[in-house]
Amino acid sequence: MAQIRIENVRKEFGDFTAVQSSSFTVEDGEFFMLLGPSGCGKTTTLRMMAGLELPTSGEIYIGGEEVGMKPASQRDIAFVFQMFALYPHMNVGKNMSYPLLSQGMSRSDAKKRVYEVAKILGIENMLNKSVSGLSGGDRQRVALGRAIVREPKAFLMDEPLGALDAEFREYMSEELRALHDRMGATTVYVTHDQLEAMQMGDKIVVMNHGVVEQFGTPQDIYDKPATMFVADFIGSPPMSFLHFEGSVLENSKTVKLSGQTIEVPTQRESAQGKLVFGVRPEHVKLSDQSAFRGEILATEYLGTSQILTIKTMNGDLKARISSAKRVNVGEIVGLTFNEKSITLFNEVSGAAIRSDLNLGRI
Amino acid sequence: MADVELRNVTKSFGKEIGIDTISLKIKDGDFVVLLGPTGAGKTTTLRCIAGLEKPESGEILIDGLSVIDDSPAQRDVAMVFQQYSLYPHLSVRENLEFPLKSPILNTPADIMKQKVNEVAEVLRISHKLDNKATELSGGEMQRVSMGRALVRNPRIYLMDEPLSSLDAKLRGDLRIELKRIQAELGATILYVTHDQIEAMTMATQIGVLNNGRLEQFGTPRDIYENPSSLYVATRLGSPRINTLPVSVFGGAPAGATLIGLRPEHIELGSGQDCQVMRIEHLGDQIRLHLQLAGHKITTLIEAHTPIKVGDVIAIQPKNPIFFDANGARIV
Repeated sequence: MAQIRIENVRKEFGDFTAVQSSSFTVEDGEFFMLLGPSGCGKTTTLRMMAGLELPTSGEIYIGGEEVGMKPASQRDIAFVFQMFALYPHMNVGKNMSYPLLSQGMSRSDAKKRVYEVAKILGIENMLNKSVSGLSGGDRQRVALGRAIVREPKAFLMDEPLGALDAEFREYMSEELRALHDRMGATTVYVTHDQLEAMQMGDKIVVMNHGVVEQFGTPQDIYDKPATMFVADFIGSPPMSFLHFEGSVLENSKTVKLSGQTIEVPTQRESAQGKLVFGVRPEHVKLSDQSAFRGEILATEYLGTSQILTIKTMNGDLKARISSAKRVNVGEIVGLTFNEKSITLFNEVSGAAIRSDLNLGRI
Repeated sequence: MADVELRNVTKSFGKEIGIDTISLKIKDGDFVVLLGPTGAGKTTTLRCIAGLEKPESGEILIDGLSVIDDSPAQRDVAMVFQQYSLYPHLSVRENLEFPLKSPILNTPADIMKQKVNEVAEVLRISHKLDNKATELSGGEMQRVSMGRALVRNPRIYLMDEPLSSLDAKLRGDLRIELKRIQAELGATILYVTHDQIEAMTMATQIGVLNNGRLEQFGTPRDIYENPSSLYVATRLGSPRINTLPVSVFGGAPAGATLIGLRPEHIELGSGQDCQVMRIEHLGDQIRLHLQLAGHKITTLIEAHTPIKVGDVIAIQPKNPIFFDANGARIV
């Protein structure tokens, strides 16, 4: 297995820039997610790693070797597509041994290898079955098996679970992650589903309009979003934005929202003009003592918790609170915030203002 | 709007049972959600009320009067489907006016205009009234499609998974919007879905269907906190309720064979030792996969809890719920 390093990679299709100068590193053995909405450049980035597209500029290193201009066949990676294509006229075993035999491996060695991999996947009992009669999950396992037998340097997966229904998808994502934990293979996985990225990934790259917005562990990206785009794309419901106009001084620990002083992490740069106070729903609390108030517009009961939509002078926000607390639509409530969790943004650029939180000092 | 009642309604399709002696009351102003997987009988129930299917037995009453022999038009109900079928060559306004122009209603022009403007206002599509239907986004099209039902003043709105073809974000927004519209208009709605979040967040009453039978009917809180059966308990709540043999923890009431544990029924710190098998970071919380004496348990803990795979932690039940061998609730 191998490390994959992307350096200043850029891809243009005619006038259209699909990927703007991007750099990040996938460490050996990592389960790495490329996350973003459709058209953000994530699939193009994956295809450049695979050699299915050539970068306009920049370098791609797989296991230390620069492969940017090499064809896919010389990169020794395995690509798993959203629609798993199997040879319909071959049985499961032949589908899996095909890549080995075409590389010139002997039949007996190939058979042994296929059996080993089939056991990892739990499909060793169906090697003689026709692929046409298989369930969606088993077909997916066979397609994975065909990628695994070759022992490639890395697996590249383009929304491999995208075509499955929700319940089965959850099951397969757990299986895929468990398989990865057993094999420790470097895996790059493209998805537009933020929850899938959070649940499965060791690291996430969030892309938008061909730009890498942020790169980090799921919890870091969730807790310390670098941009408003990331804050809004990750989380369900996403981060709420309260808008205010004012100025933030370096080293200040408070901001003023509608005349009320509210604590925030110590700020490490100054900013003024149109600013945004970003808070995640679980960091909002109802408190009669607080003079910062809002009106409950909607309540959504979820069993363990409930989500409130609250209208404030600075915009609507969501709060996740215990469902044991009874609240009514139309009620006016006081609000407090977990001051350690707040991120301030510059509304015009969308960038987070540097603070002890996102500098990793708290 | 009106009260709608089903009394022992049964409908089968050849040997297939569609719905089996269903009785339920939808009160004026209620937002009732029928929840169940594919084949549970949700859509069949809806179609029986609309008059699109004729039940073999049972009664359907609207405002106390049987409508079983009435045609769909006579029943005066409005239906919204999953696939919004708008007239592509007409503007949004013309699409919304269409139901009002029917020969039965034959609405005068000034009243029609007023109605359409009102509904467009409620649905927040006033600024799109003169656009062609094809120039709208998916969410706007679904709102127009609902608007076409809302311009009428039927006795009940029947909605068949109207949000299921939309993306997650839009679905979330429209859930809140639909509930607001319902409350604002005092509308009576029967809504069917397989999505537990839609049921829990919008309904005043939920009916849980299983194989054509109504398993439980009550408020979302009632159904989540007091499920009448194991089946109902597994339909609501994410992660799904954990069920284990009562022998694992002991202390079960007589007759109980299974203990049901939702995340809030699991207390960490003392009790039985479990092994941490997997950790999923959801952002606001950690979803923890545990193993206890060969049984898998999933629960939720606070996002920044220091924990790793292989750790051993102790858990014990807190106000759990119990079921007998047939899955019936034991109180």
